[in-house]
Order: sequence, then C-alpha cells, then structure tokens
Amino acid sequence: MDILVCVKQVPDTAEIKIDRETNRLIRDGVPSILNPFDANALEAAVQLKEANGGTVTVLTMGPEQAKSMLKECISLGADKAVLVSDRVFGGSDTLATSYILANAIKKLGKFDLILCGKQAIDGDTGQVGPEIAEHLGVAQLTFVAKIDIKGDTITVNRELDEGYEVVEAKFPAVVTVVKSINTPRYPSIKSKMAANRAKIDVITAADLPEINLEKIGLKGSPTRVKKTFTPPKRESGIRICEETGSAAALKLVEKLVAAKLV
Amino acid sequence: MNIADYKNVWVYIEHAYGETKNVGLELLNQARVLADANQEKVVAVVIGKEIDTVVKSAIAYGAEEVLLVEGDEYKDYTTDAYTNAMVKLVEKYKPSVLLIGASNNGRDLGPRVAARLKTGLTADCTGLAVSEETKDVAWTRPAFGGNLMATIFCSDTRPQMGTVRPGVFKKAEPDTGRTAPITKEEIHTPAETILTKVVDLIKAVSDSGVKIEEADIIVSGGRGMGKPENFALLKELANLLGGAVGASRAAVDAGWMSPLQQVGQTGKTVSPKIYFACGISGAIQHLAGMSASDVIVAINKDPEAPIFDAADYGIVADLFEVVPVLIEEIKKIKAK
Repeated sequence: MDILVCVKQVPDTAEIKIDRETNRLIRDGVPSILNPFDANALEAAVQLKEANGGTVTVLTMGPEQAKSMLKECISLGADKAVLVSDRVFGGSDTLATSYILANAIKKLGKFDLILCGKQAIDGDTGQVGPEIAEHLGVAQLTFVAKIDIKGDTITVNRELDEGYEVVEAKFPAVVTVVKSINTPRYPSIKSKMAANRAKIDVITAADLPEINLEKIGLKGSPTRVKKTFTPPKRESGIRICEETGSAAALKLVEKLVAAKLV
Repeated sequence: MNIADYKNVWVYIEHAYGETKNVGLELLNQARVLADANQEKVVAVVIGKEIDTVVKSAIAYGAEEVLLVEGDEYKDYTTDAYTNAMVKLVEKYKPSVLLIGASNNGRDLGPRVAARLKTGLTADCTGLAVSEETKDVAWTRPAFGGNLMATIFCSDTRPQMGTVRPGVFKKAEPDTGRTAPITKEEIHTPAETILTKVVDLIKAVSDSGVKIEEADIIVSGGRGMGKPENFALLKELANLLGGAVGASRAAVDAGWMSPLQQVGQTGKTVSPKIYFACGISGAIQHLAGMSASDVIVAINKDPEAPIFDAADYGIVADLFEVVPVLIEEIKKIKAK
C-alpha cells in the first residue's frame, strides 16, 4: 500500500514565551519541530508499511528550512520526502493550503491512504486534513486512535465524547490521528546519517500548472487575521496556605460557598 | 457571490446517540446576539433520523426557525451524508453565518462543508462578535497553544463559518412553551456517495456517566496522583458534584486514565464552571485545554507549579489531605 503523510514544521509552542512589556510572542530561539501529531501520523504510516509492505511519502508546504524536518521524517522511516514551496503560496489559510496540497498530491500519484496529525500545534485548526479530503473527493476519518487494514478496507476507532466509534471505509481515505494511536520511534544514528544524504524533491507553483492562482496565497484565502493579541492574564487568584491540608480544605470550602460555587 | 443575498445566523444542532449536545444550544443563545446586530433570524439546522426531541430542544433554547433534514441515511453521523445535507441547505437558503460546535464531529463536518462551499472557516472559536464597522462576524480564537489570540474575519465569501468551543457560551433558560416554524427539506444522499460506515461504538464514559466535554464540573488528576487507584478519590468528588473526572497528559501517558479523559492540547478542550486540578503542574499544553474554565481550583504540593498562575483558588498542600476533607465538607453541605 502507498501512504502519503502530510507534515508541518511548527515552532515548539511549549517553548514560546510572552514578552510582558510588549505583549508579543518571543519566537527567537524557539526550536522548529515536526508537529507532534504529524509524528504520530508518520509512525502509523511506517507501522502500516512494515506490516503490509508499500511506500511512505511525506509532504509538507513551507519554506526551504522545512527540509531539515523532512530529513528527520526520512530518518523515522519515510521513503521519500517532498517540499511544496513557492512565494506565491505564502499567506494561504487552511482552504488555500489544502487546495495547494491536494494539487501536489494529485501530481505525486495515487495513494491508498493520506495520513495527517489531528491538528498542528501552532494554528490548532485541524482543518487542512478534511479540506484535502474534500478537494480530492475521498473518504475522511478524523480523530483516529487505532487503524486496522484488511485488503482495501480500513477500519478505525474514532475518538468521540461517547467513546470510540468504529468506522470503516474503502481506500483511498484521508485519516487524521490523535496522540494515543502510538509512540513515535526515535531515529537510529545510521538512519539519521542516511537521511542527511537524502534528496528532497521540491514542487513549485510552476510544477502545478492546473492550479488556479486566484485560489492560493492571501488572495485565495477567504479568512483574514485582522488582529492578534496576548490573552488577558487571569487575575491572580487567592492563594490558600494553611498549616495542614485539612485546614486548607476547610478554607477552600468556605470560599467556594461564599462564591456560591458549591 | 452577492453577499447581500445571504441572511440569518444558522446554528447546527449536533446530537449523538439520542442526545442533543449542549454546544448547539449554547450557540443558539450567542447566535441571538449576532443576529440582532444585523436584524436577522436565528435558525437551527437539525439533521438526523427520529429527532423530534432535538428539534424541540432547539426551539426551547431560542431557535426562531428550524430547518430539518430527516432520512435513514442520517441515522449515524457520517461526513458525506451530513455534508451533502448541509451544503444543499446553504445553497438553497443562503445564510450569512453558520455556527458549528467544535466537538470532534463538528470539527469533522465544518471543514468539509467549508471546502465544498469555498468559504472561510475559523476553528475552535472562543469569542464571537459583530464588527460595528462592517457588520461581519469577528471570530476570536486561541492559537500557539493558547499563547496568542487572533481575531479573524471572512469578509468576501458567505456563509461566514466557525466552529465554536463547547462551554464558552451559556445556554438560555429553556422555554418549552415557545413555538417556531419547522421546514422539512427532502434532501436525499445516495448510498454510493457515503464513503464511510459506522459499525460500532465502544462506550467509554466516566463512571458517573457525565461526559467530560459536557460537564459543568471537572475534577482532574495529574502526575501527583501517584497511581491509578488514587483516581477513586477524584471520582468520589466528581460524583458528589455531578461532574466528570479528567486527567493530565502525564496521568494518561502513565496509563492511569483513558486518553478520552485527557484535558489539554493533546486531548479535550473544556470550559466547565469549576475545574479542579489535583496534582497537576500546569504545563502550557494543559492550560490550553482548560484555561477558559469559569473557576479553577488548583491543589498541588509544589508552590512553584505554574498551575497556580492560572488558578482562582490555589491550595499549596498534599491533595491526599485536602480532597478527603473537601468531600466530607461538601457532603455535609449537601445534607443540609
């Protein structure tokens, strides 16, 4: 089976700090990482390849520097990596991004499965996966915690409020995965060295002649960010420090009752 | 596209396994605010099979009109059938705004519908307002793990779409005496275009039966719980308060709790009335999932734990001393 994994290079949001004076994100020195949920998608793809044979291709859209992340993906088991990169793609929202990626996927060939993380940790939208599925006109299975393959049928467990919904579909399908699906492996020194020598294919707008330039970049993006701001800091709360835990509990109950919360 | 043709604020009323989700009812209330700003109507969209109770709830909670699509193919939620029904409704009636709850199925449906309609969708919003200047919806949402808020507009395409985080807006008081016109649309989705099939549900709700995303009160435990058996204490407190038990990533990674109970960027995003964080340090990813709670109570031995920066009530103490007393005291209050 041939699997494509969509990945994104993101700033490690756990390392982002806010400059309290200017209220801006401090991004300097924040490492760029493979989006953690995409690492789960890649691991799922590599496990499926190991069990069923086939190929794993990783695809990303981004600047030249995303190549380092693609090499990491190769060290983690991908056979091939493709970077979609062009200035005209800049400023794309999820609809435009998914349109570009869907066109790149069509150019790369036929895939049985397209795996994505449930969302990227910078934008946190979770929209690109389903929107790719729509552009390609294929089945989508989102928030997936388990994948079973039998022939050309995929059966998954989807995370819902009520529990895990078991859903099946025929290939091809877009699948977005949650963290609990697996634990991504670490690369070996050998696989890292081999990945360093790997060639990364680059797709530019010129390689996608069928793309409608009106549908990409800022111009092709129906949503526009008008304003960003740091969230108002929660007013500092009440600190309860007592000699014993039970005294603190009594004090808390007193406060909760006074605030009519209990 | 003539934007002036698009009118009214639609709310998708999600239901699953016979129950109406709170988030749709919450959105009816906020939709009222958006609709009033442009002298428009609040319209509920209900898709399913045998869904009279869902329609009744929508009307009781503020829908002025109901658009109903019923059929065997809508018995289970499937992306393809529900997208087809929603897109056909939008094409016929042309709403200005479409609100969808940011549940997992809402976040499955929203992007598929938006991509088919070639319109903008803003994900997981926590703020909805109308711009005084343009009369467009100002969608506000967290990004970068909650480090940054962004306000987004979709000015040139319709409908303006957003998924909205459960629990952020409050439901109106229901009025079961209200009436509203119900328009039933015959929209059929051919079986061969429905590419997925629901075959089973493996139920995994908390002991109290309260789902974490719908709970008014959540009692969560983290690494400080020490071992899985200790979660019984949190369950007792949650049951007493009619709430649900949650967990931090550390507790889930340790195998103490199901990933379905996980609160945070990796798991569920919640905004209950009270969130108890017990033995949770408060990593940014956890805060991203619960900082919109009305009241946060943190219990942790470590006075330096970042959870205290987010807490309304911070108790620096051993949770195993605090929680049992808390349970006893609340029992006493309940007995009164």
